[in-house]
Amino acid sequence: MLRRRVIPCLDVADGRVVKGVRFVDLTDEGDPPTLAARYADEGADELVFLDITASVESRPTLLEIVRRTARETFIPLTVGGGVRSATEMRDVLRAGADKVSINTAAVRDPGLIGRCARRFGSQAVVVAIDARRLPSDVAREPRWEVVVRGGRETTGLDALDWAVRAVDLGAGELLVTSMDRDGTRAGFDTDLLRAVAGRVPVPVIASGGAAGPADFVTAVRVGQADAVLAASIFHRRQHSIAEVKRAMAAAGLPVRATAGVAA
Amino acid sequence: MSAVPVVAVVDYGAGNLVSIEQAIVATGGEARIARVPDEIADADLLLVPGVGAAAPAMRRLRRSGLAEAIVGWIEAGRPFLGICLGLQLLFERSDEDGARTLGVIPGRTVRLEDAPTLPHIGWNQVELRRSHPAFAGLEADEDVYFVHSYAGAPAGPDGDAWVVGETEHGRRFVSAVARANVVGLQFHPERSGRVGLRLLANVLAWAGDPGGGRIGVGVGSLDGARA
Repeated sequence: MLRRRVIPCLDVADGRVVKGVRFVDLTDEGDPPTLAARYADEGADELVFLDITASVESRPTLLEIVRRTARETFIPLTVGGGVRSATEMRDVLRAGADKVSINTAAVRDPGLIGRCARRFGSQAVVVAIDARRLPSDVAREPRWEVVVRGGRETTGLDALDWAVRAVDLGAGELLVTSMDRDGTRAGFDTDLLRAVAGRVPVPVIASGGAAGPADFVTAVRVGQADAVLAASIFHRRQHSIAEVKRAMAAAGLPVRATAGVAA
Repeated sequence: MSAVPVVAVVDYGAGNLVSIEQAIVATGGEARIARVPDEIADADLLLVPGVGAAAPAMRRLRRSGLAEAIVGWIEAGRPFLGICLGLQLLFERSDEDGARTLGVIPGRTVRLEDAPTLPHIGWNQVELRRSHPAFAGLEADEDVYFVHSYAGAPAGPDGDAWVVGETEHGRRFVSAVARANVVGLQFHPERSGRVGLRLLANVLAWAGDPGGGRIGVGVGSLDGARA
């Protein structure tokens, strides 16, 4: 049976891993390949690098980090941040990434999803959706709006409509981040996750809000997520990957056997 | 075989060769990227990796002459490893885009039906139906990394003889095949952590074992390679 994945996320700025709250107030968390190797040893099922500076100047640094990581870490690596064309995606894949995550560029130019999927296969195209909950009264279904540029810009796009469209266009996986929860340790937005997962056939990666192992269980059980991503709780060693997997296994969720965790 | 086994990795413009190359190096081999038939000639193992669709892959392989070279290699009894699309290309046809493929294994590449999610992405178990040197020293149900929506289905009277391992995602599909000098893996050993590196090391050892007593898999017709 397919395992539910635990994915540490490394937000990279100027060659360092950083972490913020609601996408701002960044703190330094370490060297990307060093952290990546540690997580691979500790049982991470996959790794995500997000270049949050995503400027043209930071690209060579990022590609070098991807190269260094891919040389030593034999688990899947997804890289995102500022990829605007199939050619740029090729460069990231050639550096050693297995998948590329696109976000703002896909919202601005939805055709990019199809161009990348046709050239490299849907399995290599992850569409990242940053969603912010819209105010609504309790009697109505909740709604979310897509935000881009690291949360600095609203789009007016309904997040659920966009999720369905991104998959129709060729996305092989969705990385769904609740901007409201990001870095807050308030738990995942399970309403958002379940609403997305119920509308698309592709795997959904939950992101934004993890405080502890119980949140991972809830993201899968209630949110119907296939994979769960977190950053600061791992970087700061508040919780280990093994601890998270033990909690998931204890809740009856299938996880990959890792040191200290029976499958 | 030379002291450091040389693995010819076929490059037909699809997929990420970097992870394959690095995994080969990490397991003590030398990776040589091959774009034309001459570049595979003196290798110890021929590896066809890949992700993506069959039709564009076959077009590139036929144009470069590698399609015929791959079939010739297999018929000559030399060690071959196909990974993901590189395994699917061994079948007769792919339902993904109707492509006619190499025709080494009887049967077609079919879409995973009844799957709870597609693509099938993540770690899943391979349940071994029989032992094979590629899986030596591994538990019977190790987790390995998959990324695909289609899988080859061996068919006909010889079909079962190919099956080494199966995996469940909605329903069961064949995730590892082997016969004589051919091994095919639907998952990605190069991305399956320590288990994957062990598997690759096993395949390198198997490829270099003169006592393997391999004979070439009879392909019968080169139509798929030439079409």
